[in-house]
Amino acid sequence: MATPKVCGIETEYGIIFKGSDVNPITSSSIIVNAYSQGLADSIGWDYIDEHPGNDARGFSLDDYLFPEFETQLVNTVLTNGARYYVDHAHPEVSTPECRNALEAVLFDRAGEEIVRRSMQIANDGLPPESEIVLYKNNSDGKGNSYGCHENYLVSREVPFTRIAQQITTHFVSRQIFCGAGKVGVEHRGIALKGNMSPWFQLSQRADFFEEEIGLETTLKRPLVNTRDEPHCDPVKYRRLHVIAGDANMSEVATFLKVGTTAIVLAMIEDNVFPEHLVIDDPVRAVRKISHDLSLQTTIAMSDGRQLTAVQIQFELYEAALHYAENFGLESVDQSIGEDVLLRWESVLSGLKNDPFSVAHVVDWVAKLRIVEGYRARHGLQYDNAKLKAIDLQYHDIRIEKCLALRAGLDVLCEQTEVLRSMSHPPTSTRAFFRGSVLQRWPQYVIAANWDSVVFDIPNKGLQRVPMPEPLRGNEALVGALLESSQSPADFIARISSQF
Amino acid sequence: MPEQIRKSRQTKNNTEPATDTSSATVAQSKNMTADLDSLLDEIDEVLEANAEEFVKSYVQKGGQ
Repeated sequence: MATPKVCGIETEYGIIFKGSDVNPITSSSIIVNAYSQGLADSIGWDYIDEHPGNDARGFSLDDYLFPEFETQLVNTVLTNGARYYVDHAHPEVSTPECRNALEAVLFDRAGEEIVRRSMQIANDGLPPESEIVLYKNNSDGKGNSYGCHENYLVSREVPFTRIAQQITTHFVSRQIFCGAGKVGVEHRGIALKGNMSPWFQLSQRADFFEEEIGLETTLKRPLVNTRDEPHCDPVKYRRLHVIAGDANMSEVATFLKVGTTAIVLAMIEDNVFPEHLVIDDPVRAVRKISHDLSLQTTIAMSDGRQLTAVQIQFELYEAALHYAENFGLESVDQSIGEDVLLRWESVLSGLKNDPFSVAHVVDWVAKLRIVEGYRARHGLQYDNAKLKAIDLQYHDIRIEKCLALRAGLDVLCEQTEVLRSMSHPPTSTRAFFRGSVLQRWPQYVIAANWDSVVFDIPNKGLQRVPMPEPLRGNEALVGALLESSQSPADFIARISSQF
Repeated sequence: MPEQIRKSRQTKNNTEPATDTSSATVAQSKNMTADLDSLLDEIDEVLEANAEEFVKSYVQKGGQ
């Protein structure tokens, strides 16, 4: 039985500062500060357990890496359990730990609302000719990329090499339904044989992958990232850190991205991933698929077959259906897993029969429809700047400028629930504990990170509450204790058995 | 569950999105059927005034 697929999404937002030449680290800091200064209970992040240089293959590069966090001052934990900070000159929101794909969508959307609110607060304080604008995308069209990462809990018992080899098949082919679409190509390396450079491609990120596996995230990006930093019990778990995905504007695309990946990981963990479904040259394949709008290009598989990405995905889907029948889907939340399977089949059938039939769920199709519609109506050349402007504005966080909001995308989350989730944690994971104590006793919490919270208790000093189990500390386990505790000291004394 | 999935697959039109009928746990799924023509009618008012300048000035520092 696979480990529960606790998951989360980290999004780095693109940022521009109109009417000013301050550097993007400063403008990102303005954005995060604008939000956190409006919150009385903003708490600093605790770095003690951060080891981004640890490699799942068994060595540590910590001593050789450029410092991961340039702006430690602008780094906060929110009452919804999320982390909001400046990373690599971008504002970044890491959702709290979620129990399933639908929760991940909800908190990813809450993250969008948080940066939208930050932007509004910041701009209210700027001169009228200045404006900071944020974009939920992954590339500037000039060769610079920034990430939208996913994280999944997996068992430490599964050999990492098997995870890496098998999940790569999904990472390469899933872009047909979770690619965010891009006008232009940024890959300056190998030209694709016999193909002209496409004017539009499926994925924002595909151009930036150069290795199959590795520790890097900013240079020579690998399809499978080996960062071994579980943020929980390292004897029992890994956290698979996924850098091979686009930020999605479509809620259904985010749902499918996280939901299908969680199921495929559960299959790998239970050792029923179809062994023959391995791609020969994944780095080349990820670009080849992204660059082919017809979805007809074929990929060489290790068993000698040539398959389209749609065929690969249908085989993965069939295997997942079989897996659900034999093992159940409890690891991804049964009812959510069933919904993922239905939507997965639906989107693949749509892509197979007529890609434009899924313009209401797939970002690249929704974007292509607008860009190509505009181009055809005005008889524009493919390199006209207006087409790239439409691409960028699809991801604009300003409601009045965002084209994704006008694209007719399906919605999964109630807006009232999204707004509530800006300040309330999920009830299903340890994020409930983190968010709740920040809500209730902000003056006693001096620091927090993913797997611990540090309290400053009068007359007792600093007390660290470790949270090595991602599912403990949820509402079912600590909710009643929290309600009935008079003080943090009282709560801590009674809570120790719950982690 | 498998029975349920198979039944839904059989009764579903392939191109139809698996929306509200597929799961009661998912909040309402609104299908905002946007008319592409009317979007294209109004898009010039939404697009940045100087597309060329906007695209040129959209430069980011590389991230992760």
